[in-house]
Amino acid sequence: MTSSSTRSINTTAVVGLSFWVGLMVLISHWMGQQAHRWLPVQASTAAPLVDDLFSFETAIGTFVFLGVVSVMVWVMLFNRAEKYDETDAIPIEGNTRLEVIWTAIPFVLVMGIAFWTIRASDQLGTLGPMEHIHPRNPVEEAGGYLGDRLPAEQVEVIARQWSWEFRYPGTTVSSTELHLAVDQPVTFRLVSEDVLHGFYIPAFRVKQDVVPGRAIDFNVTPTREGVYRLRDSQFSGTWFAANQADVVVESAEEHQEWLQKAARAPLQPGLSLAVSEYATRQARSNPGWATVPPAPPPQVNVPGSPAQPHQA
Amino acid sequence: MTIATFPPEPTPEQGWGRYFGFCTDAKVIGIQYIVTAFFFFLIGGLLAMVIRGELITPASDLVDRAVYNGIYTMHGTIMLFLFIFPVLNGLNNLLIPTMIGAPDMAFPRLNAVAFWLVPIFGFLLMASFFVPGGPAYSGWWSYPPVSIQNPVGHLINGQGMWITAVALSGVSSIMGAINFVTTILRMRAPGMTLFRMPVFCWTALAAQSLQLIGLPALTGGAIMLLMDLTFGTSFYRPEGGGDPVLYQHFFWFYSHPAVYVIILPVFGIFSELFPVYSRKPLFGYVYVALASFIIVGLGLIVWVHHMFPSGVAQWMRNLFMVTTMLIAVPTGVKVFAWLGTLWGGKLRLTTPMLFCLGGLFNFVFAGITGIMLATVPVDIHVSNTYFVVGHFHYVIYGAAVMGIFAAIYHWFPKFIGRMPYEGLGKLHFLLTFIGANLNFLPMHPLGLTGMPRRVSSYDPEFTFWNVVASLGAFLLGVSIIPFLLNMLSAWIRGPKATHNPWNAIGLEWLLPSPPPEDNFGEEVPTVISRPYGYGSGQPLVEHQDEIERRLALQEAAA
Repeated sequence: MTSSSTRSINTTAVVGLSFWVGLMVLISHWMGQQAHRWLPVQASTAAPLVDDLFSFETAIGTFVFLGVVSVMVWVMLFNRAEKYDETDAIPIEGNTRLEVIWTAIPFVLVMGIAFWTIRASDQLGTLGPMEHIHPRNPVEEAGGYLGDRLPAEQVEVIARQWSWEFRYPGTTVSSTELHLAVDQPVTFRLVSEDVLHGFYIPAFRVKQDVVPGRAIDFNVTPTREGVYRLRDSQFSGTWFAANQADVVVESAEEHQEWLQKAARAPLQPGLSLAVSEYATRQARSNPGWATVPPAPPPQVNVPGSPAQPHQA
Repeated sequence: MTIATFPPEPTPEQGWGRYFGFCTDAKVIGIQYIVTAFFFFLIGGLLAMVIRGELITPASDLVDRAVYNGIYTMHGTIMLFLFIFPVLNGLNNLLIPTMIGAPDMAFPRLNAVAFWLVPIFGFLLMASFFVPGGPAYSGWWSYPPVSIQNPVGHLINGQGMWITAVALSGVSSIMGAINFVTTILRMRAPGMTLFRMPVFCWTALAAQSLQLIGLPALTGGAIMLLMDLTFGTSFYRPEGGGDPVLYQHFFWFYSHPAVYVIILPVFGIFSELFPVYSRKPLFGYVYVALASFIIVGLGLIVWVHHMFPSGVAQWMRNLFMVTTMLIAVPTGVKVFAWLGTLWGGKLRLTTPMLFCLGGLFNFVFAGITGIMLATVPVDIHVSNTYFVVGHFHYVIYGAAVMGIFAAIYHWFPKFIGRMPYEGLGKLHFLLTFIGANLNFLPMHPLGLTGMPRRVSSYDPEFTFWNVVASLGAFLLGVSIIPFLLNMLSAWIRGPKATHNPWNAIGLEWLLPSPPPEDNFGEEVPTVISRPYGYGSGQPLVEHQDEIERRLALQEAAA
């Protein structure tokens, strides 16, 4: 745009523009680095891949944003009409070469990002869950216990309005607090008893809707010990916001120990904030707008603690 | 044409009555739409204040959880179906006939029916606050099975009324779309070929074509939902063999293109206003015009990006990611064209221009977060979190609503005949721009750290950014006061507007302000050049000097 009209100040313009573009590159690179700090701790094998992609996109996005805003600020500073100047500017109808350039560059850019993304997705190994979807087993529908029939590494996740229940492979253990062994791949089998729910652990960067009438298999490998949050991410009704659970990632030995201890624990009501809030609500003289009553809390070996500090 | 009797005698004052009745004048209907839309904008805004009031603390402590869910559902529904679509249809009614030199819309009575459906389904939706059990609470998506649970158990319930209202809104929009498309295709002034048509009309044509293609899917999907809810059918009910994910396809097949129905006319507004206020032709007019239709084509094949975590195959995720990303290309063509228009111009930072520049700033930001959302692994992490809420509020409020404000300030003199006040307008802009960014930017870090959308309570680590967002929201609430003040006082006693106060090029600016009932009547000028001839001195129509001289004479005599 500038080349023909500013030939006389060419050197200054080129130096200035190069300086500015260089500065924008630096700022964009810095923003890309910062992007990692806007995300929760990385606690699964998926997390670094997602975060690197996000950081890359932040850097590219910053560059594009700064570029556009630079032009806007420039014209607002230097292309203002003088006071009382009612005349028009020099008419420029367009420029086909520029149109081609600014069609081609974004095209190449977004296709590049798409290519990177597809490669990252392959690496993530998050196989499309559609391949794993199967109708639910009638025994399972009737509430039959699944633990013994599941493959060794599979944890069954049962979502309800509004609680999460976990059943562990090869044992009779169940809990409302998810316990996983670090660095050990795990397959979740996601089922819902009522409506759509979302299985979302931000620290793992994974999310999968839980669809009633389907069982969805879903893999993840935790990589960092700690306590994280599992949140319901697909709106599921009145106590949607309260439908959270803790995810405890522990060493393999600790995990075995926990399983053995849990197997000996008697069944008791699991955590469900909705159940206690519902009781308080119904005790009021006017309970307010209608709500679906919460499902009774599942009977589990380990309810977990409602006020455990979590890292993400 | 002859211009023997141009301009027509100004229509005698017809009083306020016609705004409250079944009137077939597109200009009256346009104002009816816009005023009705802003009435509902205030209600939707009030609900937003309650939402942000609840979210200023982590606990669910301001309203009951069931009430919160009803309120956020109604906020979204009102803002989309009762504010943004009606306000855009209002602008279409005002601008399309006058910009193309048509006396009215192609089907004036259908036009009036389409408008009067708005207050009817608006009333229905408002009434749902007062039925037993309260209004719909399942979000503006109304995904089954939550939306068919019907906890109150009555035949008449909030969700049922919601579905009926949305279906009526669809009917109204289809009627409007038929009218706009027909008018644009059949009623242009002599000489106005498609490539001499203002870009606003191009974008309106593109947006209304999308309505015609997409709305039947939503309406059909909604009727099946109503049957599941009311008659116990099992289209989406898993226990009866139905598939809840099917609904999501129906819903998003329309509701993603709906975003383009909203943003395309706003692109049109930017494309009209940047040339006026930088005194330069629109850069690359033909590319900008055609880009709208590329967006239409691509916009119809991206809907699955709303369903990446719903349980779709990886190949489908990749496919829809690529189509979604491709939309950045025609959109980029437009953004660069606006920058090219501004470059080397003689900018006038009037209120409408400030709203356009602010809207463009916000839109570019929203476009970048949009690309992030298109990439599957990042989307999996942030979908259904506040990152998405931030993204689409940047699109809808940051870009579309700001563009709509720009349009209102720009064309107010034309259709009301009086000038709005610049001081109040600039104050409105400043409060809106700061408020919107303060409100919606913090939603991004919230989403990135894992705060789901639609929650009535949250973990304490999210408090800081929620407080900032709430303060921004309250500022945004205040920002509407100078706007209302400006509109009301300008309408009642603002200075009289000339026929072309902004020195703009376009058929509508060759009409008196406000234009007579049938616009140019029998004497439609013949268009002889492209729009946006700023700086070239080339007239837009035959006998332009004579038309302008007579308009000036008429104004001097008044």
